[in-house]
Amino acid sequence: MKKPIAGGAPGVAGLEVALPHPRTSPSKPLTRVLESETLLAALLLAPTVLLLGAFIAYPFVMGVWLSLSNTSVGNLGHFVGLHNFAKAWNDSIFQTAFRNTFVYTFWATIFKLVLGMWLALLLNRSFRGKRLVRASMLLPFIIPTVLSTFAWRWMFDPTFSVLNWLLYRTGFIVTKIPFLSDGVYGLWCAIVVNTWRGMPFFAITLLAGLQTINPDLHEAASLDGANGWRRFWHVTWPLLKPVTLVVVVFSVIQTFSDFQLIYVLTGGGPANSTHLLATYAYQIGVATGLLGEGAAISLFMLPVLFVVVWLQLRYLRRLEGA
Amino acid sequence: MVVERPWKRWVYFYIPLTVFVIGTLFPFYWMFITSIRPDAELYRSWRAVNNTPFWTLHPTIEHFRDLMAKTTFPIWLWNTFFIAVVSTMISLFCGLLAGYALGRLRFPMAGTLGTSIFVTYLVPPTLLFIPLANIIRDFQLGNTPWALILTYPTFLIPFCTWLLMGYFKTIPKELEECARIDGATRFGAMVRIIFPIAIPGILSAGIFAFTLSWNEFIYALVFLSSPERKTVPVGIYSELIRGDIYFWGQLMAGALLGSVPVALVYSFFVEYYVTGLTGSVKG
Repeated sequence: MKKPIAGGAPGVAGLEVALPHPRTSPSKPLTRVLESETLLAALLLAPTVLLLGAFIAYPFVMGVWLSLSNTSVGNLGHFVGLHNFAKAWNDSIFQTAFRNTFVYTFWATIFKLVLGMWLALLLNRSFRGKRLVRASMLLPFIIPTVLSTFAWRWMFDPTFSVLNWLLYRTGFIVTKIPFLSDGVYGLWCAIVVNTWRGMPFFAITLLAGLQTINPDLHEAASLDGANGWRRFWHVTWPLLKPVTLVVVVFSVIQTFSDFQLIYVLTGGGPANSTHLLATYAYQIGVATGLLGEGAAISLFMLPVLFVVVWLQLRYLRRLEGA
Repeated sequence: MVVERPWKRWVYFYIPLTVFVIGTLFPFYWMFITSIRPDAELYRSWRAVNNTPFWTLHPTIEHFRDLMAKTTFPIWLWNTFFIAVVSTMISLFCGLLAGYALGRLRFPMAGTLGTSIFVTYLVPPTLLFIPLANIIRDFQLGNTPWALILTYPTFLIPFCTWLLMGYFKTIPKELEECARIDGATRFGAMVRIIFPIAIPGILSAGIFAFTLSWNEFIYALVFLSSPERKTVPVGIYSELIRGDIYFWGQLMAGALLGSVPVALVYSFFVEYYVTGLTGSVKG
């Protein structure tokens, strides 16, 4: 569809030059300026560049400066080199938070991918009420994370947990599970909630990918005697890999830099055992007021984000080149 | 078609799908049932014989009443709404213009600019909130809605630009050229011919941006301090937990009411939302 239009464009553009100029009154200089593609582009991009410059590029530079200084609330601070980074690196709570961030991102992404793929395959079939089911499946993704995480926190409540009640009544457990009052359980609870929230995003985007696959391919594969699993592995998966990669990249970035879920679910506790980099940076930078150290902790996210973004850009380039 | 035996359809399709539906929706049901349950029932021992966690015979609206009377919840709702709408408008405006420029105009540095906007798309708010808090203070914006209205576009504009750029690329160039042959200026053709065609894309971007700003938490938490300035998520977090005491009935009532506007917008525009969602990750 797109190809012939793109191919035809240069010819059309050449034609445009030969045409008599449209009847724009020469008395309006602004109109004439806007006829230049470069000037018009500059004008159109100005608001975006200004806003992103003021609230992304500038804070980024300032963040790097803060991380190299001992600034705290009410104290301007001076240059201290890499002291903040070294201090964080030797801090046992930071080490836990650092490890947690990787564990959290890794498992939550795996679960979201597997369950999301499964759900996408289920939703790709035709059944009654499909639109309603699909729409309701996206709800966890729509509802503000803080609000739904409160519901989970209440479900994990140490005294009144409905999940404990359910497991107890069905005979799976004899004593209560300490969902959020134990560091290891707490982190896994957070992984569960993150999976619950992020899975619909995977399912719906993968479903969109699935719908572009020609059903004839499956028909042909099954005529050749391929069973369901082999059809998925040899037909669906290779065709779905590009969109899966992009979805995983987005999800990894969001999960790796997650803040609100942990902040509401465990608050980093018990005994600072479930912090992620973002929540620990908040605790040091905002709650304690050590801006320099907080900025340094959040900058520890940068290398991983950088690698992920770089992979994504390289991949996009390859797509455009193809 | 591949013919399937009924039992297979049950095992491989109905049962897993039912589990997915229940798992997805149960927390919302739990939110609802908690919000209408009287306190006496809410804090009943989990081993009590008369414990009926999944329903209640004495539904009450006391939590909703308390929420309205004892907190500034309606104001939080209005704040959230106002901030989400204004920041969405700003982002749509910027994203529409930038998307057009990047998607349809040829100019030097187009590639570099497109890439840098894409990179900002992937910068998470949690990376920048500490220096941003300083900047907000320097600009004297602390504790005002403008702190959020101006910072939310940092994650909304890249998304809107990206989505609309893709949308503009699919509109044939000939349409614009016809208008120009008929005497329209470049700017006029953009505003009168191309933007109206892009309305579905604009709607998708707008709905998605609205839900994103409704969901935002960390900036609102750091930049706002007085209770009457807060947004719903921050207000509920900071005002309904006093010390170690969680007012679960009111919390769940607030969570439910705070979700309604965004769920309503979503339910009216599901298809646009899904387009926005799938478009947000497309190259």
